Amino acid sequence: MPKVSLTVNGKPVTVEVENRTLLVEMLREQLRLTGTHVGCDTSQCGACVVHVNGASVKSCTILAVQCEGADVLTIEGLASPDGTLHPMQEAFREYHALQCGFCTPGMVMSAIDLVQRNPQGLSDREIREGLEGNLCRCTGYHNIVRAIAAAQLVMHGKAKELPRAAE
Amino acid sequence: MGFEGIGASVRRREDLRFLSGRGTYTDDINRPNQAYAVILRSPHAHARIRGIDTSRARSAPGVIAVFTGADMAAEKIGGLPCGWQVKNKDGTPMAEPPHPVLAVGKVRHVGDPVAVVIAESKAQARDAAERIAVDWEVLPAAATMEAALKPGAPLVHDDVPGNLCYDWHLGDKAAVEAAFAKAHKIARLELTNNRLIPNAMEPRCAVGEYDPATGDYTLWTTSQNPHVIRLLMGAFVLNIPEHKLRVVAPDVGGGFGSKIYHYAEEAIVTWAAGKLKRPVKWTADRTESFMSDAHGRDHVTKAELALDDQGRFLALRVRTLANMGAYLSTFAPCVPTYLYATLLAGVYTTPAIYAEVKAVFTNTVPVDAYRGAGRPEATFLLERLVDIAALEMGMDRVEIRRRNFIPKDAFPYQTPVALQYDSGDYHRTLDEALEASAWATFEQRRAEAARRGKLRGIGISTYIEACGIAPSAVVGSLGARAGLYEVANIRVNPTGSITVFTGTHSHGQGHETTFAQLVADRFGVPMSQVEIVHGDTAKVPFGMGTYGSRSLAVGGSAIVKAADKIIAKAKRIAAHLLEASVDDIEFKDGMFRVAGTDRAKALAEISLAAYVPHNYPIEELEPGLEETAFYDPKNFTFPAGCHICEVEIDPETGEVEVVNFTAVDDVGRVINPMIVEGQVQGGVAQGIGQALLETCVYDEAGQLVSGSMMDYTLPRADDLPDIRVGTAVTMCTHNPLGVKGCGEVGAIGAPPAVIGAVVDALRDYGVRHIDMPATPQKIWRIIQAGRQRLAAE
Repeated sequence: MPKVSLTVNGKPVTVEVENRTLLVEMLREQLRLTGTHVGCDTSQCGACVVHVNGASVKSCTILAVQCEGADVLTIEGLASPDGTLHPMQEAFREYHALQCGFCTPGMVMSAIDLVQRNPQGLSDREIREGLEGNLCRCTGYHNIVRAIAAAQLVMHGKAKELPRAAE
Repeated sequence: MGFEGIGASVRRREDLRFLSGRGTYTDDINRPNQAYAVILRSPHAHARIRGIDTSRARSAPGVIAVFTGADMAAEKIGGLPCGWQVKNKDGTPMAEPPHPVLAVGKVRHVGDPVAVVIAESKAQARDAAERIAVDWEVLPAAATMEAALKPGAPLVHDDVPGNLCYDWHLGDKAAVEAAFAKAHKIARLELTNNRLIPNAMEPRCAVGEYDPATGDYTLWTTSQNPHVIRLLMGAFVLNIPEHKLRVVAPDVGGGFGSKIYHYAEEAIVTWAAGKLKRPVKWTADRTESFMSDAHGRDHVTKAELALDDQGRFLALRVRTLANMGAYLSTFAPCVPTYLYATLLAGVYTTPAIYAEVKAVFTNTVPVDAYRGAGRPEATFLLERLVDIAALEMGMDRVEIRRRNFIPKDAFPYQTPVALQYDSGDYHRTLDEALEASAWATFEQRRAEAARRGKLRGIGISTYIEACGIAPSAVVGSLGARAGLYEVANIRVNPTGSITVFTGTHSHGQGHETTFAQLVADRFGVPMSQVEIVHGDTAKVPFGMGTYGSRSLAVGGSAIVKAADKIIAKAKRIAAHLLEASVDDIEFKDGMFRVAGTDRAKALAEISLAAYVPHNYPIEELEPGLEETAFYDPKNFTFPAGCHICEVEIDPETGEVEVVNFTAVDDVGRVINPMIVEGQVQGGVAQGIGQALLETCVYDEAGQLVSGSMMDYTLPRADDLPDIRVGTAVTMCTHNPLGVKGCGEVGAIGAPPAVIGAVVDALRDYGVRHIDMPATPQKIWRIIQAGRQRLAAE
């Protein structure tokens, strides 16, 4: 079986995989990083989104062997080592942007990439369009949009602290 | 620490684990030496199995075992049971054909499980499943209710004539006929309530394990009610007594009803684990979810409303066909009967109602409760019919509703369809929604949209629902084979922290937060002192789970009852420690105080004395501070409210954009407003999904055409608007918290408001009603036909 060497959440790993093993299968089954989820089999739901070399990728749509030498970031690697949450994680909590939590890891990883790709800032409409590839069945997206709109202020240095949600 | 009691938008304590990838969903659980199951499913809607050759699968790499229906039948494994028996008009019981775990003799829907392959890896099991050869005799299918009810239609079950599960009715037929005879006007409507596929984001999953040393079985499963699964699977399918079967529902990624039911795969992995003495795991891929999770809705209805010359409702007559699918899922028979026809009074004083419901077997996936369950179907028909009645009468849609509302001083209000509403103020939720949505100035917005070439419309729905299910004696008399109470166990630990065990289950609702708020409030301690435990039959004494917006109304009430038992006992301990009479002990803000003095003991001092009973009234009281309560509700609860939707339609494409959505709901007392808003927004999103996007499509042969997320349109972020939510509360009068329930109101109230808005936008095109989903194609055709008609005139 082929071996693939890559960096996952800052740590170098070498994993023996089948040719057909998907990145998400390697992460979940072999590295036991179960924060990345599988919600569909047609690349529609986005629950499996991780960052590969800094860009969001549906990890069900890329083979593990394609990730040779890649730098992969999953939801487990997002917070600082001291436990400080990424502003996007913090915003999702503050704005009640998750309910069952299943789509959340993919949603957060997509949202971070979306914000990073748009330093000019995003309108609510643009945020909604940017979330095309991620399904959530619980929230109706309302609070997800609020959370991302708030997080981008912190991520772009336009606010020092996350604006609090209205009570 | 800010205010965190009842009424505070406390941020959720579950979020940290979900946001850091540390949730534990069933598929995240891996047991040592675990094997993997893959199910071979029927590709045909209806076929006889002439033979199954599993030899090539058995010899495939990594395969441990292959089992078929014959293997299970040989061990006398029972069928999947139905939890509710509805009776026909003549008092005879419904047809209740067997539902084998793995098909025996014939398959009845695409996706019906035929065989299971268990292998060392999932990929090996999948490869091997493709090597099973089934000799099929494909039969004609009854893919729709229309096809199933035709004379000579293929029989889904050979011994169920006419594919009729039951022919049921409710109400006073003679009174309705008399009222129709003297009606000034009759509003009529025929409609389809579209079939939906729930699509919780987490696919179903089950891991079975058997310990040969003890004979204990454990099942981890994606369930909304692990105790119910233990009862059904243990007692009716696998014959495992409760004390040898543990069912765990860990973090569950959404349910919406679809994870209430006992499914074949749960029994398969548990049984196989026992046979193979190895843990067995099965995880659905999404394609399997589409063809094996219970679907929702699927009614065809004819309804008539009789009105007097003032627009007052005199009588309602409803005839509904309800699709059961190929087998009876756990709660299926009660959905189009006791959760549907009983809601047909709505918020109105209609004095006479008669409903007839025929439930029909078809060669499709079983249909059961999906968010709202019967109440969205009742609400859609009623609110659409009221809009049509307003058209017939030349009355305003708001005015006709007001004229027929049950007044707020009429409670308790007995409807003609069995329910007794305890409280409500329908004028108030209406008024607040009209105000919040700027209803009065809508025509300006319509005119402004017209200048941009858009058709703008507004729709309204004033709904009620019945939830907080349910009084056990009542549902028992109606055919339920279970009680519907809830259970709580509260353990005050020696140093004063509190562990609460609840029989409800949280799969997105945030119980770990809301219930902790409630308990902290009751005991006057910080939330950080309270832990909520749910989802494990080995930890929680008993429970009926989470569905029908029951967790707070029934489960929360059980918690209150257990807390009150604790406080009563703690008062007696305090009286002893403080050398006072128990009647003189007051409990407030976490302190047990001798009234009118400064002599007091904190809860933690009492609990320490209870577990270290050196100075303790040992002759009168047992040590320890732990109580269990079963709470059986006295009635259903009745959330109600008003939803108003505004849409804009592009006449060139038929595309609908929801531009405003306002919900004002009376959900009873609100514990955590942030969570309530989130629940309503999520429900509204599913309601908008039903109204505009989602529908399950079977072709004539019974193939599931909308069988993936590429074919079934789930709402995406850019399909939905901001959803404005307000509450206008009246208290529930019969539970100790005054709560009603908020989980389903969105899915119940929203669809008629959306369709009402679409119809209003198209009012110049001669359309009175549009069935859901109002797709661009449907709307474009209406506009084209309307334009041709206008041109001809």
